Amino acid sequence: MAGASGSVPIVTIAGCVVVAIRDDLDDQDILTLQDELVEEVSRRSANGVVIDISSLEIVDTFAGRMLGAMAQMAGMMNARTIVVGMRPAVAMTLVDLGMTLEGVETALNADRAIEAIRAGQA
Amino acid sequence: MEDGRTAVTLASAQDVAYAREAAKRAMTEIGASTVRRTKFVTAVSEIARNAVIYGRGGRIVFEIREQGGVRSVVAECSDRGPGIADVAMALTDGYSTGKGLGRGLGGAKRLVDRFEIRSSETTGTVVILESRAR
Amino acid sequence: MAKEVTTGSVLVEDFDRVLSGWLKVQASENVKRTDLVSAKESEKQSRDLLAALADVAPEAATADGFDLSDAQWAPVREALEEIAENRTERGVSAAEMGWFIASLKQPFFEILHEELGETSAELMREIWSATRIVDQVALYAIETLVQKREAIIERQRGEMTEVSAPVVKIWDRIVTVPLIGTLDSFRAQTVMENLLDAIVQWEAEIAIIDITGVSTVDTLVAQHLLKTASAVRLMGSECVICGISPKIAQTVVNLGVDLPNITTRVDLQSGLAYAFRRIGVAAGER
Repeated sequence: MAGASGSVPIVTIAGCVVVAIRDDLDDQDILTLQDELVEEVSRRSANGVVIDISSLEIVDTFAGRMLGAMAQMAGMMNARTIVVGMRPAVAMTLVDLGMTLEGVETALNADRAIEAIRAGQA
Repeated sequence: MEDGRTAVTLASAQDVAYAREAAKRAMTEIGASTVRRTKFVTAVSEIARNAVIYGRGGRIVFEIREQGGVRSVVAECSDRGPGIADVAMALTDGYSTGKGLGRGLGGAKRLVDRFEIRSSETTGTVVILESRAR
Repeated sequence: MAKEVTTGSVLVEDFDRVLSGWLKVQASENVKRTDLVSAKESEKQSRDLLAALADVAPEAATADGFDLSDAQWAPVREALEEIAENRTERGVSAAEMGWFIASLKQPFFEILHEELGETSAELMREIWSATRIVDQVALYAIETLVQKREAIIERQRGEMTEVSAPVVKIWDRIVTVPLIGTLDSFRAQTVMENLLDAIVQWEAEIAIIDITGVSTVDTLVAQHLLKTASAVRLMGSECVICGISPKIAQTVVNLGVDLPNITTRVDLQSGLAYAFRRIGVAAGER
């Protein structure tokens, strides 16, 4: 039930593809992860993608763009993408960068995100 | 970090991650708040990536300074690239010569206390970032 | 052979006379501030400073100039720090601090005059030397006092910001922060940090910012609110701004500031009603 990007485990819970991003990923790892997530959405016919970034100490424009792109790609496959667990300092930094990720949904944690996606399905 | 200086060679995506790690260590050492540290590390990530992707690599040197009882970290990033023809334009949000969306340089400037950039066709681009502990 | 009399030698040989002379001048010139600093404290401070000077000055105060920031002057600086610390707390002014030190000149001059006679060249030389030492010490004392006071102001500013923007958990999953007075960049940043931390701490789904008490909303304040709302959303919570008076609504629109995708309400009550509805608690919204 799991795909794996290097050692980032991707799991599917209640029709949602869930991944917790590790802090030490470089740009190449991030692109690999994006590929695998899109693959997984397709394979599972998932309704949602939950990306937990609570371990991330920073999100720069590269990682921010990946989140935006991920939401767009999943959207085209009829799945919602919800980013959860962003740290306060990361949120403030993104706002200063002018990256407010308008196209991406957010939630406090994975529980709430899965709840929201299931509620949307009903 | 003896004598307060650390240098990271920038040649690959992995090196950008090393630069972030060094930036984080330096900011932690001067006792900066989480928010200040996060902003500085993010800015370093942006300019280090620029050096790798558009500047044909280079290096970034971190130095801890102290002025008037307040400590700060200075990062000087120099690349071997073709230089930036119009620096003012490059600092404008939405501008980019590469395929990025061009928030990198202008955004990095807003994340630090001091931002300087020098660029020429012969010497490449040098970016200096400084963030105080408070 | 008669021993040479200098400012340095007076400090060492006539220590007690200089001290008692100084204390007397302090009393007569009314620089003691006995209302703020007790006679005993004053005497101890004066003695400590003079002792440090007697240790250092004869060697360090050379004819061709000296610098109080040099390492050898450290004992004098320490004594001054202590005095400044004490007097800042008591509310002594910078001028009083300077005069307190400057009054040390009188006993010096008296003793030098006595030892060296009416008009000798030595007298002129030593008066200049004593003046230079005392003036430098006085300037350093004033500077230290001002620095300490600035540090206190800075600290109080921080404390005031904390007090004036307390984030409270008003209901399960709802936090609120009432803003009062003016919102400068420093305060706006602190408010944002406190609010975002509270969202994590309480797992708050709604963050209410009540601007009823904010005196004016200009472009800068509007931008700060916008930034805060964006950061709140990025964290997965929803920002509600309430306390939008007719005047604020007019200003914001006239400024040409757009508040896109931000929920706004007239007052805290309707803001709260909205929040209850969002998290599924029954309450009628006005």
